Amino acid sequence: MSETRNQGLIARFLAAPPDSVGKTIFVAVAVCLVASMIVSSAAVVLRPVQEVNRQRDKQVNVLQVAGIYEPGIDVQEAFAAFEPHVLDLSTGAFTDSIPLDDYDALASSRDPAIVRALDEDPAGLGDQVYFQMVYLLRDESGAIDKVILPVEGYGLWSTLYGFVALEENGNDIFGLQFYQHGETPGLGAEVDNPRWKALWKGKKLFDEAGDLKITVAKTVPPAGPEFHVDALAGATLTSVGVDNLVRFWMGEQGYGPFLERLKAGEI
Amino acid sequence: MAQTRKSLLVDPLVDNNPITLQVLGICSALAVTTSLQVAFVMALAVTFVTAFSSFFISMLRNQIPSSIRIIVQMVIIASLVILVDQILKAYAFEISKTLSVFVGLIITNCIVMGRAEAFAMKNPPVASFIDGVGNGAGYGLILMLVGVIRELFGSGSLFGVTILQTVNNGGWYVPNGLLLLPPSAFFVIGLIIWAFRTWKPKQVEEREFKIQSVEAH
Repeated sequence: MSETRNQGLIARFLAAPPDSVGKTIFVAVAVCLVASMIVSSAAVVLRPVQEVNRQRDKQVNVLQVAGIYEPGIDVQEAFAAFEPHVLDLSTGAFTDSIPLDDYDALASSRDPAIVRALDEDPAGLGDQVYFQMVYLLRDESGAIDKVILPVEGYGLWSTLYGFVALEENGNDIFGLQFYQHGETPGLGAEVDNPRWKALWKGKKLFDEAGDLKITVAKTVPPAGPEFHVDALAGATLTSVGVDNLVRFWMGEQGYGPFLERLKAGEI
Repeated sequence: MAQTRKSLLVDPLVDNNPITLQVLGICSALAVTTSLQVAFVMALAVTFVTAFSSFFISMLRNQIPSSIRIIVQMVIIASLVILVDQILKAYAFEISKTLSVFVGLIITNCIVMGRAEAFAMKNPPVASFIDGVGNGAGYGLILMLVGVIRELFGSGSLFGVTILQTVNNGGWYVPNGLLLLPPSAFFVIGLIIWAFRTWKPKQVEEREFKIQSVEAH
């Protein structure tokens, strides 16, 4: 009984002139309702897959900067060799106060608990996340082989996000890689060029006196070629940005205290 | 309606191409044509959205009040675009990273709105669907043409496969950096429009006014 009445209601609605007020409101509400249900269910159903992708992308970048990545490799298995730690930049020591699982959420929301304002800001960050997730790679005997440190800083158009891989002595660079940036294609975006990235391998951060000497420049600095990475042709501002961000993150406000302790064998 | 289904599908490729004849959808054509792979995925996404939005809008066409028809069309188009974006993020993460905001901007692509308003509101669902596929393909065709030129001469490769070894990688080819920047697509699309209109002079618009010739004193 009531079903036929319902049908009668729908039929009456369909027959009603589209421009009546009731019909207008009904169509608006119905379309929005159906569309929002489709959109939100797609978002919910696909979220786990997307999350896996994001994680995998970050893992692939860590593997690439450590020189382990090859196409077709089992990323998760290879990544399991890395030891994640949350590092307190001010003391240069690992901390347990932030659980590893919570770190991504805190960092992506730039939670005030882990962000500090900067007096000097050569990398153009605005404010700095002073707890960073770093990765250690150990060799077979359990000694530290490489450390993978996240870096970020402003180039010409965009903030570049990447990783620096250092050898166990905290001085020799193994590699540098950016996983996200918006620099000019063909010019600044050549930071992704494997030939340019290969220039970083074997360069040194500090001279014997312990001063930070590494630089990205057009000409070889007086400190010598082992502290010099050739700037990108046609991308002066991106090169300056990379120079600033590497020097900032390897300096006192960045990983300086941590590298001191690494060199002293306290990690 | 004398249009056959075949003409609905084939006409937008050359004779009534949304980019070269109607000059719509230029913004995204500038942005996503630096590499062929990206252009291809973008063309697929736009075809999907145009086809299905035309289909659904056409199904509702007799029920949509004319006072809110644009908003209703936008809601349907936007939902489809979000759907495409979510699927790309889940199953083609690398490509969705390069396409970034441009998938979202399909919503503002004039081709999608244009077909919804001009065709789907007045024609049955299946014809609208085919019209949407045809227009998406017409857009895709130009995207691929521009993409071939820009990727080959801008980075020396096609679909990421190196064709011309560039100087940066130790080869001989000095890539044309301008082709990787958005303005170059203007030149390329302009040249394609010129070529199309020379081939099919019917596409040349009539002048709105004629310049009078006056005898010199």
